[in-house]
Amino acid sequence: MTGTMTTTDDAGGSPAPGRRRPSLQSTLTWSAVAVVGAICWGVLAIARGETISALWLLFAALCSYAIAYRFYSRFITYRVLAADDRRATPAERLENGVDFDVTDRRVLFGHHFAAIAGAGPLVGPVLAAQMGYLPGTIWIVVGVIFAGAVQDLTVLFFSMRRNGKSLGQMIREEIGLVGGIAALIAVFAIMIIILAVLALIVVNALAESPWGVFSIGLTIPIALFMGVYLRRLRPGRVLEATGIGVALLLLAIVSGGWIEDTGLGDALTLSKEWLVVALVVYGFVASVLPVWLLLTPRDYLSTFMKVGVIALLAVSLLIARPVLQADAVTDFAREGTGPVFAGSLFPFVFITIACGALSGFHALISSGTTPKMVAKESQVRLIGYGGMLMESFVAISALIAAVVIDQGLYFAMNSPAGATGGTAESAATFVQGLGFDTTAQSIAAASAAVQEDSLVSRTGGAPALAVGLAQVFSQAFGGGGQAFWYHFAIMFEALFILTAVDAGTRVGRFMLQDTLGNVWKKFGDLSWRPGNIIASAVVVGLWGSVLYIGVTDPLGGVNQLFPLFGIANQLLAAIALTLCTVLLIKHGKLRYAWVTGVPLVWDLVVTMTASWQKVFSADPRVGYFQQAQVYSDAQEAGEVLAPATDQGQMDQVIFNSTLNGILQAVFALLTLVVVVNAAVVIVKAIRANGLPTTEEPAVPSKIVEPSGLFPTAEEKRAMAEHGRLVGAGSGRSEAEEK
Amino acid sequence: MTSAGTPAGAVRTATVRAWRNLRWYLREFTGEARWDDYLAHCAEHGHTPMSRYEFERRRADAAERNPTSRCC
Repeated sequence: MTGTMTTTDDAGGSPAPGRRRPSLQSTLTWSAVAVVGAICWGVLAIARGETISALWLLFAALCSYAIAYRFYSRFITYRVLAADDRRATPAERLENGVDFDVTDRRVLFGHHFAAIAGAGPLVGPVLAAQMGYLPGTIWIVVGVIFAGAVQDLTVLFFSMRRNGKSLGQMIREEIGLVGGIAALIAVFAIMIIILAVLALIVVNALAESPWGVFSIGLTIPIALFMGVYLRRLRPGRVLEATGIGVALLLLAIVSGGWIEDTGLGDALTLSKEWLVVALVVYGFVASVLPVWLLLTPRDYLSTFMKVGVIALLAVSLLIARPVLQADAVTDFAREGTGPVFAGSLFPFVFITIACGALSGFHALISSGTTPKMVAKESQVRLIGYGGMLMESFVAISALIAAVVIDQGLYFAMNSPAGATGGTAESAATFVQGLGFDTTAQSIAAASAAVQEDSLVSRTGGAPALAVGLAQVFSQAFGGGGQAFWYHFAIMFEALFILTAVDAGTRVGRFMLQDTLGNVWKKFGDLSWRPGNIIASAVVVGLWGSVLYIGVTDPLGGVNQLFPLFGIANQLLAAIALTLCTVLLIKHGKLRYAWVTGVPLVWDLVVTMTASWQKVFSADPRVGYFQQAQVYSDAQEAGEVLAPATDQGQMDQVIFNSTLNGILQAVFALLTLVVVVNAAVVIVKAIRANGLPTTEEPAVPSKIVEPSGLFPTAEEKRAMAEHGRLVGAGSGRSEAEEK
Repeated sequence: MTSAGTPAGAVRTATVRAWRNLRWYLREFTGEARWDDYLAHCAEHGHTPMSRYEFERRRADAAERNPTSRCC
């Protein structure tokens, strides 16, 4: 069915696959994958009450990914999008060695994955584990296959066909000015919330933890040293510098344990408020400093740590084969009364786990640097779809880490201080009330094992994940070392959250300067120092104040803000999927519009239900305005409602809840503006059987490169043939010379 | 498969190849290999290459203007 590829003639040597009868070997292999996957899912579905190995979860996911990649992503790439390797990509046409740059697909896969994967897929699944392991697992796997990876792939493809235009630009040009402006505001506002919530997770992980603060603090001088090394001492020797940096980083983690009980340790025992100040100052400085000094070297460190830890975790899970401690589906999923976050399974599991299943933020990256570097069109399948499957795998691993720890401890750690009372004794009473037999002694012992003063109410997901990782790692490699592994995990999460925060601040600053530059020309000049400083201060000030509100919220910042973060991210996904659906229809592919249309409808149902509940619910645990109402009624009656302890905190709850409610409503309305604007365009496009788009005209490609990770025999022949014609010259594909 | 006859030799060849591929990947991934590309390009066109310091400086300046997002 190559009928949709009508752009060029059929003479090219591209390996655009037509329909071929699959070989017996391929049929047998894929049947086996399907059978193994089905058995794993079957075990998860049937098992109740007995002990189940976490590997069933892992392999259910892996088999599903393999099948989805082999069949569904191929269908989308070749049939729906009609990727055509005879067309030159913008990297080839506009190559300038700076942003447009033909990049080896495996290298670009690494870049793209490093850009999309962060703390989101680690934290969301941990929080969602309060509903049991099954809802989270199903959403992560089904969500990525039919929504998340589809979004990343199609946005990447459409942006690539438009010379790497950004999401906002494409919406303005393809949907309309109104939608474009709404999308621009939404993207900016959502980014601020995301940065604030990410920073909140770091604050919660580092508060009252001198070991953590010391190790994370040391990453700054380490990065500065690497920056100077790469600039002055040995320019460009990135591997050397990174090697030294990683070694120093490991030393920083170990040495945290030495300073803990010293005077320095006391000095580094920071309250949450002080950590907010530190982060805000750091974010501002990082945004105005030249990138080579801090940002670039930090990014190397965080990327290598990220990939290293993920690989380590995958291996450890196979060795340790931990047993699931959580129920498949807990009572909180049915009743919506969980202490970690309020609300019932639908819609709140689907917004708590955003990254890892469907993350709107990825649309910004898929329409940012990546599309300008793709060598061949068909490679979007590996990079867009494959990259997101990999992130989903990270999410599954994080979920496993959260459900293999003692579940009483899990709830003691993840419930806000207002519920647990803050001490091991009161927390034990609290979780015993939930039906666990965890004792105060075992909570205290768990804290002592990782050398933290207390693990009670260490919300945000990062500490619980670190406990899970420490357990899996020490189980796999023996020899205890829980405290090292715990701080190793905290460091690794904090490191890339901070990288996301400073990179995000910078991107926000550029967006602000660019937008205001339309009104005030001078401000748009990126090299104008005062402009940089003002824009940086505004961006940092915005996320910093949301962060401060979250940190001091008597109801628990994570409890209050995480839903806002999740909904915001999913609303951004709705905006991206809307654009993709509009484009499919404008390109005259109405019969395939369901590919992005179905996940779009699902996402809209989820996010609008969640937004509606967060704004209008009469349950004060869910609805922000109802919450504010309950507290202000109590205040008028002269009462103080727990967990607030005085009138000041009552005021705070009322203010915060009202603000959260307003933000929530604004995000949802902005998304609806884009959707309504898109609906108008869709109706027009259907009537006209397609509409002209801003797609760049086809130019024949001169590059021959494989599509997938491993070149097929046919592709190797084509490359060898091409190499003879052009003459050997490029050393780019050294690894392929076999 | 087409390496030295002994199993030890085969292992050694495989290890060397794996190491070389890893190094290739890391150098490409971090952008370190861009300098080699540049030197090759200069040699091909008969230009005198700028110093490594100057080259990396320009790359850093370009990175300054093109911020990359990091997701959550």
